[in-house]
Amino acid sequence: MIKRTFFLLILLSISLSVAAQDDVETLKSEAIVTYADIVYTSYADSLETATTLNEALVAFVEAPSEETLDAAKEAWLVARDVYGQTEAYRFYGGPIDDEDGPEGQINAWPMDESYVDYVGGAADSGIINNPEDYPEITADLLISLNEEGGEENVATGYHAIEFLLWGQDLSADGAGERAYTDYTDADNAARRGEYLLVVGQLLVDDLQGLVDAWTPDGEDNYRAEFLALPADEALSNILTGIGVLAKSELAGERIFTAYDNQDQEDEHSCFSDNTHNDIIANAVGVINVYTGTYNAVDGTVVSGTAIADVVEAIDPDLNATMLDLLAIVETEVNAVYVPFDQAIILPDAREQVFTTVNALLDAGDEIVVVADALGLTIDTALPE
Amino acid sequence: MQHLMRQIPHRAISLLATIGIIFVVSGIVISLSWAQDTEPNPLLGGQTTIYNDTPNAFGQPVPGLEREHELLFFVGNSFFNQNWVSAPASTTARDGLGATYNSRSCAGCHFKDGRGQPPVDGAVGTGLLIRLSIPERDQITGENLPDPNYGGQLQDIALQNIAPEGQVVIEYEEITGEYPDGTAYSLRQPVYSITDLAYGDLADDVMMSPRVANQIIGLGLLEAVPEATILSFADPDDADGDGISGRPNYVWDVLAENTVLGRFGWKANQPDLLQQSAAAFNGDIGITTYVFPVENCPTIQIDCLEAQNGGSPEIDDDDLAKVELYVSTLSVPAQRDYDDPQVIAGELLFEEIGCAACHIMEMQTGEHPTIPALSNQTIRPFTDLLLHDMGEGLADNRPDFEATGTEWRTPPLWGIGLFGTVNGHTYYLHDGRACNLEEAILWHGGEGQASRDAFMNLSAEDRAALVAFLQSL
Repeated sequence: MIKRTFFLLILLSISLSVAAQDDVETLKSEAIVTYADIVYTSYADSLETATTLNEALVAFVEAPSEETLDAAKEAWLVARDVYGQTEAYRFYGGPIDDEDGPEGQINAWPMDESYVDYVGGAADSGIINNPEDYPEITADLLISLNEEGGEENVATGYHAIEFLLWGQDLSADGAGERAYTDYTDADNAARRGEYLLVVGQLLVDDLQGLVDAWTPDGEDNYRAEFLALPADEALSNILTGIGVLAKSELAGERIFTAYDNQDQEDEHSCFSDNTHNDIIANAVGVINVYTGTYNAVDGTVVSGTAIADVVEAIDPDLNATMLDLLAIVETEVNAVYVPFDQAIILPDAREQVFTTVNALLDAGDEIVVVADALGLTIDTALPE
Repeated sequence: MQHLMRQIPHRAISLLATIGIIFVVSGIVISLSWAQDTEPNPLLGGQTTIYNDTPNAFGQPVPGLEREHELLFFVGNSFFNQNWVSAPASTTARDGLGATYNSRSCAGCHFKDGRGQPPVDGAVGTGLLIRLSIPERDQITGENLPDPNYGGQLQDIALQNIAPEGQVVIEYEEITGEYPDGTAYSLRQPVYSITDLAYGDLADDVMMSPRVANQIIGLGLLEAVPEATILSFADPDDADGDGISGRPNYVWDVLAENTVLGRFGWKANQPDLLQQSAAAFNGDIGITTYVFPVENCPTIQIDCLEAQNGGSPEIDDDDLAKVELYVSTLSVPAQRDYDDPQVIAGELLFEEIGCAACHIMEMQTGEHPTIPALSNQTIRPFTDLLLHDMGEGLADNRPDFEATGTEWRTPPLWGIGLFGTVNGHTYYLHDGRACNLEEAILWHGGEGQASRDAFMNLSAEDRAALVAFLQSL
């Protein structure tokens, strides 16, 4: 009798833990789908806002004026807030940065602006002012020149557009102040306009490729491949993306380096002084992925089972800690002094910048702990 | 049911015990056979290894760094990547380029921290430079004396309104041959000339040596290998009669003002990463440091001497230290396909035909003075860091400290299978003459001749396995 009860109890606990295990497995699959949906929607939003930007660039080049320049700048700023969130999907060789990935063409940084156009003290520098070597400005040319002979030789993407709209930031209390007349009667004005149109269209084309890779309507696309991966591999990729973004790219490369060098050239969007928004967008991207929520540009919300839910089922305390650290990140990134090139110089602002760095490092470290709890080893630059 | 319950445990125990014993015994047998041959171990950098076979494989920091180092790594990275500009410039932190140089940034030649390549069609700055010297030596340091007009290195790029020193032209002569099994091969022997000399003639007895930019991974680990370990690999008189006579290079340490063991560079002519980095800043980019505070301008090059500098030094001590940290802490990617039977077979062949005599497979690092993560690691760099005579075919005929004109340092093989992914090319050896790994093997002469001959005598299948093994590193 006792033995039978014992046997049945064992059977019951085995089946309960199998059921609980099933539960976690289900949550994992659902979370992976939520991730794919978020990636798709945010890339679609990036494409939409980049299309609007491109239209504004066309309008500007067709009729350069203060107004059309401001409209183009505004469209650029809007597009950046969306794209920044998608950087959470980098670092695992997905469509954005596999061997043929367009990341370097879309968002390469830092940029040696003299590679593209004139700079203070070098009126003839850049591809634009070199009709002898580059008589025709085409997408193929700029693609081949992008990062040619040096990682800072950036010719395409958001920051090339940024430089072409704002120009060098030569003042301490404002952004770049390129005159719209650079596109009317300045030297090589026509080439400058052509360049802007080419990189604008290229950006749209590159983003279209990402949308195609992740669309739910695709049949053999990356989304299909991603959803067919073993759950652990997909989760490993997901966590790698946000871990590396939080810890290495954002905290280390984008914030700390500028903080340490105290050099305006090191800030991410150094021409437009928009770096504080870049930082926020990146952080929101990380939070989106962990919490399984994305606020689309049309006001709708994409959400579903989240990584957080998976972690909650395995270790509620760990989930609570992770959410707390992300909340701190959210607070700190929103408190960074504006503009960022002053934040890295003024003493009080600097202190808060360093706090932000540490908040991101803590969050990144915790993501590794989360991965570990899920039985995964994240295979990149994150220390144990 | 209850009757069954009483019986099952008894039988189960003896059955389980039998199964258990079988498992334990076979486990012992399996691990013994692994130990006898080679342990498949993909952790080429020990605990500092990372798993990454993407184009960013060489750019990852070593795991386990202290937080301060983690952060400073990124600053070092920014200095490694950034384009230097001519002085004076509004961007004062990075001016002082040139006046003559080979690249505007470290990353220009060591793109994505990887391997440079020889130029094609007159391109510059792709990652190959030419060292220059005359046969005389400095009395105190033992360094080669520079060419009087062109210095110790040909700089093929210059600032606006200043003439670059010259241009490198490479012509290739084909060398064809056949394996004993009839398979044909083709090698290309480079012939170097310098054109567009802007500052007079080169010395009549000038010696030239082409060098491609090396990959930057695992360098801190190599720096942490104890001197005694490197010296233990040496056998200058081939006392053990195996045909291998590796010897250390002893080189001038600029800061210590002393002669010390060299271990970095194609001929092991640099003692440590600080001096290597400072020398590269000075010679390749024209940036001065406290280690090399004088601009790289031969006396005849007035424009170079008179060009504005970007401060003294052009990169300050702290920032140079961050670059040193950066180049010390780039992680080695794990071996791929380490349990693939072909790769395992290839590794056995690597040992059998004697490659491992110079490309030493495994060693321990000691205590690193400042970066604990690099200490006491079991690493697989596939190098003894010693000089070996590689025969006439590969010779640059330009001695460097103790290294003769036919000697080269055994290069580390970790990472060689990723050049295609990281750098988009598969050019190997000191001047990138080998178009793939197979050609690199075929160039081995001198002390390497016996292994090369053994390779040629392998079956096509075995040759493929060996190459597959190299490709996995």
